Amino acid sequence: MHKIFIRSFVSSLVFLFTLTVAAVAKDVKAAFVYIGPTGDHGWTYQHDVGRKAVEAAGYKTTYVEGVPESADAERVLRQLANSGHDVIFTTSFGYMNPTNKVAKEFPNVKFEHATGYKREHPNVSTYAARFYEGRAILGTIAGSMTKSNVIGYVASFPIPEVIRGINSFTLAAQKVNPNIKTKIVWAFTWYDPGKESEAAKALIDQGADIIAQHTDSTAIVQIAEKAGVYAFGQASDMDKFAPKAVLTSVENNWGPYYVERVKAVANGTWNQKDTWHGIGDGMVVISDLDSAIPSDVRAKVNQLEKDLASGKVHAFTGPIYDQKGNLMVADGKTADDGMLAGMMTYVKGVEGDIPN
Amino acid sequence: MIKIVKRDQPSRTIFFLTPVLAIILTLFAGGLIFYILGFKPFEALKFFFIVPIADMYGFSELLLKATPLCLIAIGLSFCFKSNNWNIGAEGQLTFGAIVSGGVALLFYNQEGFYILPIVILAGAIGGMLYASIPAILKTYFNTNEILVSLMLVYVSKLILDYLVVGPWSNPEGFNFPETRQFSESARLPILFEGLRIHAGIFLALAAVVVSWFIFYKTYLGFQMKVSGFSLKTAKYAGYKGKKMIILVFLISGACAGLAGVGEITGPIGQLHREVSPDYGFTAIIVAFLGRLHPVGIIFASLIVAITYLGAETAQIFMQIPKYTGQVFQGMILFFLLASDYLLFFKIKFKGSKK
Repeated sequence: MHKIFIRSFVSSLVFLFTLTVAAVAKDVKAAFVYIGPTGDHGWTYQHDVGRKAVEAAGYKTTYVEGVPESADAERVLRQLANSGHDVIFTTSFGYMNPTNKVAKEFPNVKFEHATGYKREHPNVSTYAARFYEGRAILGTIAGSMTKSNVIGYVASFPIPEVIRGINSFTLAAQKVNPNIKTKIVWAFTWYDPGKESEAAKALIDQGADIIAQHTDSTAIVQIAEKAGVYAFGQASDMDKFAPKAVLTSVENNWGPYYVERVKAVANGTWNQKDTWHGIGDGMVVISDLDSAIPSDVRAKVNQLEKDLASGKVHAFTGPIYDQKGNLMVADGKTADDGMLAGMMTYVKGVEGDIPN
Repeated sequence: MIKIVKRDQPSRTIFFLTPVLAIILTLFAGGLIFYILGFKPFEALKFFFIVPIADMYGFSELLLKATPLCLIAIGLSFCFKSNNWNIGAEGQLTFGAIVSGGVALLFYNQEGFYILPIVILAGAIGGMLYASIPAILKTYFNTNEILVSLMLVYVSKLILDYLVVGPWSNPEGFNFPETRQFSESARLPILFEGLRIHAGIFLALAAVVVSWFIFYKTYLGFQMKVSGFSLKTAKYAGYKGKKMIILVFLISGACAGLAGVGEITGPIGQLHREVSPDYGFTAIIVAFLGRLHPVGIIFASLIVAITYLGAETAQIFMQIPKYTGQVFQGMILFFLLASDYLLFFKIKFKGSKK
């Protein structure tokens, strides 16, 4: 009798202990929702690189690719929240409303929405990258290397994110070459190799000898390679798709942020926040500079990269004028995040009007 | 020895059996593909076709997904039965969504029982207007309706892009390409608390009943059938061909427009760039898989709907690429067209009696 009592007492202790251990070392599972295929070599590809970093850090991950921003997004999110995922990264703007809706139903699951602005529930965070810092680097290179003084820029949608990029690029280019003009073609797509190619061709026909892009496919750098003009890679290092044309790329480096946030969930230290990281935090990375870039430009670019990272230089430092010559940012001042977030006017030197 | 003999007359039994055969062949080929990709075929098929609808929520999502497919396919069957090749249901859906979304935005922040009926009607009218373009061009200018209706799909998507990026974009939305959220009075009511299935399913069911009645109980249905078999016969019988062409396109457009209304006033609640994941094109598969029969279309829409849901589940639980869902849709259509061969030919083994 006595023995049985002790044995059951011990075994229940062991049982309790395993339970506690299981609770503490509970595997945190992260899920990622992608707008495109993981093989797009642009936006989604880079998010998936970030996911792999989370795996490498020892966490389980799941992803669903090609989730349209239609009514389907909500179902995928709910299914992920329902199947044991502790944190869900939704990596496209169009998932904003479904993310907040599903977050309300699953208060114990954390949601991280990329590029959006709605955080309606305490378990929703948003994050984005200061890509405009990378575009200041591209502008510096473009301004130094253009011969025709016409720089082409394939843009996606007239939203502040894209306008900001165009402005940052143009301001930096003007700093090294006051005569440049930036010509914009709006492709009205994030990913459509056909449309992007047409846009790039149109810009080359208009005399652009360097093409920048704010769309995700590799079509533009390939067109540039054929036409013998320079280009910049978007989202991932696109050098291998057009070794001669690509001068450098601005890479989206989500890995460090993803690992940090998943760790925070595991440690119970996750809190709601709005993250906007740039070169300094490593979310925006400049790929290796091409050998075609002369050494003086190279030195200038390296210095700018350091100064942007340390905060010594801000990409939007006054005086900045809009197209009509009105002062946007006064001499010596820098644009604050509020102004950057709502930026909907071109700076001087950009040709054409913002479509609306 | 196997011999292939032409049938005197297409077999009616085979006509309704081939869709079933196509589905079986698709499952078999799908399993084979999973096996080649290195997944356990039965487990993969289970996650594809059973797990997604194993609970009440999953089943309601299936109905939600099947609703627009069924509605559009019913509309398309009017066209296809009468030899009118409307490939542009996606455009009619988009335009219907644009018109009804525009009306819903007019009533922004307003409440009232009359709002929803107006919004629904606007969607149907939008779809009809858009479908009338290929219909009128076909009847009066003898253009090819396949090309016209298809090209208009891209036009409608560009119009939608323009509106949500520009004049209709949410003023508080930092210029992102989306409109405001519609007011509650412009939303289709949800049928069960916690699920997304909405009153739009009744529109689809009504379309099924009405179309069955028209097909099999009215003179119009008979005219459509005759025109489908032979345009010359229809002409000889003195049918007013032009009127019928326009009518079937209008019906088809109204159905597609209503499907668009269901999406934006149901689960989405606003207009943005991706109102439909190509329901208008997928519904063509649904219409043919359902043999252009209203009841067949119900089953076909459920089967095709599950390929969407299954693809998501299979990726979440087994890391199977989600695009296999499209492979399944393609295979169903392929096997259906292939097995249609049996409609007109039969396989005879040597020695068997005639």
